Amino acid sequence: MSGHSTYSPQNKFLQWFEKRLPIGGLIHSSLIAYPTPRNLNYWWTFGGILSFMLGVQIITGVILAMHYTPNVDLAFRSVETIMRDVNYGWLLRYLHANGAAMFFLAVYIHMFRGMYYGSYKEPREVLWILGVILYLLMMATGFMGYVLVWGQMSFWAATVITNLFSAIPGVGDTIVTWLWGGYAVGNPTLNRFYSLHYLLPFVIAGVVVLHVWALHVSGQNNPTGIEPKSDKDTVPFTPYATVKDGFLIVCYCILFAWLVFYIPNYLGHADNYIPANPAVTPAEIVPEWYYLPFYAILRAIPNKLLGVCALFGSIGILAFLPWLDTSKVRSARYRPLFRQFFWLFVIAAVGLGWLGSKPPEGIYVILSRIFTFYYFAFFLIVLPLLGIFEKTKPLPNSISESVLGAKA
Amino acid sequence: MTTVSSAGHTRRDFLYIATGAVGAVGAAAALVPLIAQMNPDASTIAAGAPVEIDMAPIADGQIVKVFWRSKPIFIFHRTKHDIELAQNVNVASLPDPAPDSERVKKGHEQWLVVIGICTHLGCIPLPHEGNYDGWFCPCHGSQYDSAGRIRQGPAPKNLYLPPYTFISDTKIRIGEESTKSA
Repeated sequence: MSGHSTYSPQNKFLQWFEKRLPIGGLIHSSLIAYPTPRNLNYWWTFGGILSFMLGVQIITGVILAMHYTPNVDLAFRSVETIMRDVNYGWLLRYLHANGAAMFFLAVYIHMFRGMYYGSYKEPREVLWILGVILYLLMMATGFMGYVLVWGQMSFWAATVITNLFSAIPGVGDTIVTWLWGGYAVGNPTLNRFYSLHYLLPFVIAGVVVLHVWALHVSGQNNPTGIEPKSDKDTVPFTPYATVKDGFLIVCYCILFAWLVFYIPNYLGHADNYIPANPAVTPAEIVPEWYYLPFYAILRAIPNKLLGVCALFGSIGILAFLPWLDTSKVRSARYRPLFRQFFWLFVIAAVGLGWLGSKPPEGIYVILSRIFTFYYFAFFLIVLPLLGIFEKTKPLPNSISESVLGAKA
Repeated sequence: MTTVSSAGHTRRDFLYIATGAVGAVGAAAALVPLIAQMNPDASTIAAGAPVEIDMAPIADGQIVKVFWRSKPIFIFHRTKHDIELAQNVNVASLPDPAPDSERVKKGHEQWLVVIGICTHLGCIPLPHEGNYDGWFCPCHGSQYDSAGRIRQGPAPKNLYLPPYTFISDTKIRIGEESTKSA
């Protein structure tokens, strides 16, 4: 890590320990003395919220794993046992299921923040790509967790998603059989999803360490998009960012508690309370809301292989964002044209989410195609061209000047 | 952190302490369900309800093993000889002194009902073995008599008595103590 630590403990034992494992100095330099831009707004608190939600999911998940049985004949029943018999089992289950939704809500806000303020630009390209990897890991984890319930939606989601790989020419079917461990989704599939669902959150935790490390190398971005130039531009992380993050976490928990205690099944699908039946597909298959935009993109393309490519491409394209956006100006605050296209992108993404919940017919298909076109056009056409043609607003001289005015 | 050098606490101090206190209460409250969930759940407790045993088919001198709350229960239909041996013992010389009358229910001295777990380290002793007309534990050599009392070996206590009550002359309900005096 760059720079020497300003941490010098008074306590004799801490001095002894610090010489042998300088974890005190690490915590001090990363979380206490760490220079944070003084103009960060509340959109910057979602990284902390995501760390908190990861902790909630791991704790509730490990506890649920004490009561869950990963066998096709027993899984659904074990979830109902958790709900009805285990002390506070209903609370742990609802925390975990709604916690996943809150986790995804936070990650989307976090990603939109990154896109708006240009946090993906040089020198934060690797930070952004690590984020894309984290997002993919989250999607895999969430999908497998949903399958574990072994309701109708669980089973048919598993069937549909694993069947996506059959679109690969030549080796597709072999891959699908390998994923299933059988001739269809069955007990081998459930067992391996359980193992991987327990594993991936810890992989996520490891990549989060890399993500925060990369962040601390470049330092945080801020709403102006210009780097701190002096000590006047920053404040120590503790108490400023700590308390700001802590406050938003509490507010976020209020929303979380409203879901868990008043409408715990609102975001779920009633059909997942029907035990899995391999012989009958429900009339309406929908994934959980956080996958809906990509579901809409998949269904918008009338060709099987191209639809699957569009689905994976719509996520993969995010990794190229640092190079697709050619503008030298980071923050949308000073990019009036980019700002308009950005909000259109948000509308398209949310719109695709809504369309993913609708049956694939009539006007819904037409709108899905329009929004899918705009989604890809934003990345592949708009962003590269904007860097060349956009007239940006003049940047302030420094962060403290933008906050305090010219008298800073 | 800024230090307060002068006397007199600032509003910031109050806010920090108040927030910390509420946070500590919240953390403790959050811990309660996380720890309570490991206690036996409702289905386990329901499965631990009292069991009724019909002892009529148990022959004179026979020992049978039933389960209550996942624990083995020995039911010994004692012969006159077994009862005599149990009663004619110098109680004071026993490692865990207890007269035979305290091991059985009044009027039903031929029935011995004990939990079949060795009080040493938890193995199940073998019936009709050992020198005391009772049980022999193969793990470390403890020996129990025809009243289930420890006579020899490392076990510290007599075999424990489960709560049970006679609902007829030959039927007992294990898991429920009788309301009448024993």
